[in-house]
Amino acid sequence: MLQPSLPHFLAVGALLFCFGMVTVATRRNAVAVLMGVELLLNGANVNFVAFNHYVVGGIAGQVFALFVIVLAAAEAAVGLAIVLGIFQTFRTVDVRAADLMRE
Amino acid sequence: MPNRLGKLVVWVVVAAAVVAFVLFVGGRAPEVLAGRAGEPLLGTLTLSAAVFWLLAALAVAGAAAVALSRNILYSALGLLASLLGAGSLYVFLSADFVAVTQLLVYVGGVLVLVLFAVMLTNQIGQVNVSNASFGLFGGILLFLATAPLLLLVAVGIPWKTRPDPKLAETTAAIGNAFLDRWLLPFELASLILLATLIGAVVMARKELKADEA
Repeated sequence: MLQPSLPHFLAVGALLFCFGMVTVATRRNAVAVLMGVELLLNGANVNFVAFNHYVVGGIAGQVFALFVIVLAAAEAAVGLAIVLGIFQTFRTVDVRAADLMRE
Repeated sequence: MPNRLGKLVVWVVVAAAVVAFVLFVGGRAPEVLAGRAGEPLLGTLTLSAAVFWLLAALAVAGAAAVALSRNILYSALGLLASLLGAGSLYVFLSADFVAVTQLLVYVGGVLVLVLFAVMLTNQIGQVNVSNASFGLFGGILLFLATAPLLLLVAVGIPWKTRPDPKLAETTAAIGNAFLDRWLLPFELASLILLATLIGAVVMARKELKADEA
């Protein structure tokens, strides 16, 4: 029971996912919403690597996790650039304020 | 002064987590501990199991801080703890390369970007302005709607696990797989990174109007 096994890792991934979802759903600050997205991706990544180790074997799940990390980094860079653009235009990062695609 | 003490505790915990991660992943710590990792430490709790529980608690507590903290700077620090914890859990899953990549890319890159965005877009002192939320009630409701279901699935289903999963190093195998079976996705990922580089620069730069130029 105390030894780590597949359900323990799945539970950690599930909790990361749930907290990320709560963050995305409740925050009004766009940067905080992006943090929630990172948590969501991390929860999914834990599941990938855990299933790879305990069920499948090999390294396919780890390669998938690496691709997720790469895409998460790209998403964070573009997302934060968009947030900075929103801030320059609307002088706020409240997601409710950015309801126009022009100035 | 409880405020300063709380800050001190947070910093000590973060520093200890960083040191533990570096020791555990990169150093000789696994070999030194290898002889004792299986011995019971307290009851049926072994040393490796204790480390696992600590790191899992770090990851989940950091995620909770991201979701619940009122100050966005503390949310960013919670994200740091969560990413460190989740990254070190990969070591238990025989994914050493993924763990180090997580440390380099997430903690070294993404988190620095997030901190820059926080500093550039907020007045940190105005706590309620910096990290307002739509209401705790809806968040708790959402959490109670999803977490029990996912935890039930994780714990309740009899997963068909492999008989004896061994810990092995995977870096060489991952390198071969990237240039063999996953060559096309690998090249596409580099293309996406190039497009991201250009796109982020184009979007974040200051726009020059025609009459200003």
